[in-house]
Amino acid sequence: MKKIIMLGATSGIALEIQRQLARRGCELILVARSPQRLAEIQTDLVARGARRVLTYSADLACIRQHAGIFDFARGMFPDLDTVLVAYGSMHNQKDSETSIDVLLEELQVDFVSAAAILNLFAADLERRRTGCLAAITSVAGDRGRRSNYVYGSAKGGLSLFLQGLRSRLYPSGVRVITIKPGPVRTPMTDHMPHASRFADPEHVARDIVRALERRSPDVLYTPKIWRYIMTAVQLIPEIVFKRLSF
Amino acid sequence: MSGQSAERKQPAGSLPTEQILSWGRYPQLARCYAHKPAWNDQVPAILKDAAPGALLPHGLGRSYGDSCLNAGRELIDCRRLNRILGFDESTGMLRCESGISLADILDTFLPKGWFLPVTPGTSFVTVGGAIANDVHGKNHHCAGTFGDHVHRIALHRSNDGLVVCDSENNPDLLHATIGGLGLTGVIAWADFQLKRVAGPWIDAETVPFQSLKTFLDLSHESNDHFEYTVAWLDCFAGKNPRGVFYRGNHAAEVGKEFHTKRGPKLPFALPEWILNRYSVKAFNTAYYAFHAAKKGAGVVPYGPFFYPLDSIRQWNLLYGRQGFLQYQCVVPEANLEAFEELLDLIAHSGMGSFLGVLKQFGSAAPAGILSFPRPGLTIALDFAMRGERTLKLMQSLDEVVQESGGAIYPAKDARMSSAMFEASFPHWRSFVPYIDPKMSSSFWRRVTETE
Repeated sequence: MKKIIMLGATSGIALEIQRQLARRGCELILVARSPQRLAEIQTDLVARGARRVLTYSADLACIRQHAGIFDFARGMFPDLDTVLVAYGSMHNQKDSETSIDVLLEELQVDFVSAAAILNLFAADLERRRTGCLAAITSVAGDRGRRSNYVYGSAKGGLSLFLQGLRSRLYPSGVRVITIKPGPVRTPMTDHMPHASRFADPEHVARDIVRALERRSPDVLYTPKIWRYIMTAVQLIPEIVFKRLSF
Repeated sequence: MSGQSAERKQPAGSLPTEQILSWGRYPQLARCYAHKPAWNDQVPAILKDAAPGALLPHGLGRSYGDSCLNAGRELIDCRRLNRILGFDESTGMLRCESGISLADILDTFLPKGWFLPVTPGTSFVTVGGAIANDVHGKNHHCAGTFGDHVHRIALHRSNDGLVVCDSENNPDLLHATIGGLGLTGVIAWADFQLKRVAGPWIDAETVPFQSLKTFLDLSHESNDHFEYTVAWLDCFAGKNPRGVFYRGNHAAEVGKEFHTKRGPKLPFALPEWILNRYSVKAFNTAYYAFHAAKKGAGVVPYGPFFYPLDSIRQWNLLYGRQGFLQYQCVVPEANLEAFEELLDLIAHSGMGSFLGVLKQFGSAAPAGILSFPRPGLTIALDFAMRGERTLKLMQSLDEVVQESGGAIYPAKDARMSSAMFEASFPHWRSFVPYIDPKMSSSFWRRVTETE
């Protein structure tokens, strides 16, 4: 793992992952919307040891912009080896229930656009028979819950997409990693109750970087305890689960 | 994963408040809401939307008392503003955001041969906090305070936007912000000078001493030859205290491999009966015997030399659920009797702690209007919070300090009276015009008796 493209470079978890990759002397392409914020992290990562950091400003939710991102990445890093989808959006569930625009935007950002850009990079890695595709989904995608099922279904859809993609790319030796973090202390979750008890982004990033570096499980739960929690949650019969309000 | 999410803007009332404690875990004040900007471009909106006196910047919360708290109001948690914005390899000038920790700076720059110009006894403070409290370290006698090495800052102000301050532009505001307890605005970034070192090693020497006089002789004799000097003191010994004097310089060796280890962590607040005058006395006796036996010179890594307590995460939980108070004062050297009286009061109270730290300050002019260090002897002691009798003892110590013309350190304080504050910082009123109208703190309201 030496040349990496970060899709959604300004997200809370991505920021921590990038620092750890910088310390390892990696080369990075950062993609996010704000050119000013990209410039700030670029300087930071170079100071922290990244060999080279390139930035590309684009709105990942907008699929028409994907070709430009892909061409830039291929042009700059012909031997690109890792693609990480780290962007996402989580609106208040109630807003998605009352507004079709919010609902569609959430699905567009978290599922549709993510599947589209993964598909684009998958073809390239498949042809070169090398590399790794990874995406941050969520434990929320493991079961549809009353309080968070729009976000959950988009992330769950992405997890299924990755599962199929993994099988498709298996013969060509391209790895596909599904990353399922539990709740993490990032700007996305600040407004949630008990946010101060959520996992430390640095810890989560460490798990993710380790998974990218080594042969690791296809599906990474981080912190690790969420694998067991979600196994238990999935075992609850639907007849009981539908009555639960969490 | 906020990359694509619309940035939320909600009134603070509907957002979850938190009980935020300072390092001493005393006082336990009303809950407050913490803004957590991840980017400097988000700070102006926070300032704009706030009510007058509603806000206070907050870093790693290592101030011991209430100077980093804003009970019932709002904090701006700056820890996500932790980026390096530029570094000049030829001069060692670093530009970084205010929420970056000194530990992070050391991790990044020490392998390249750069060290902090001044460092307090913990590396888990932010640059913003180091400036706001104008912190000092073991090299105060030759390097002054942290603020002496800050060349330029950019300050978010609620009324006039981002203001750049250095020796030519807005020098007064720079002077006020250094030691300004976060009240002058939110530091967006700061330029400060790192210093060249050969490596992470310190040539250190340990010298036991058995009286205040010997300590002073050691200190005077060491000031010219040692960059770093500090002493540990057994405060149970009264007027003629025993202690251990540490002095050191950056070592010239480069070769050796070096690893920092993550230490153990105290998982919860210990029961209060564990720390009592007998257990602490026993600890102090053992500590003295151990270090006195180790006397002499040697090469040690920088970590244990500068940050002995950083190896135990959350050591503040040692003092139990009620927390503790740290008492740090400075007493002019001419009033040595006052200093002896302090030690006597502490020894007789039986409430002393194992963390008595003694240092002779240098005579450099203060870097900020409210800078604490001034020529004299400074001592820092921890007292487990045991209610009224702890506060009474500290009150009686205050009287001695005030009589002697000394001062109390705001970063450590949770209870000094407004009169004591006035005595410590007689010119504090000249600081008031620089306070940002949107800023206030629990400490400031307490010592100035304002709302």
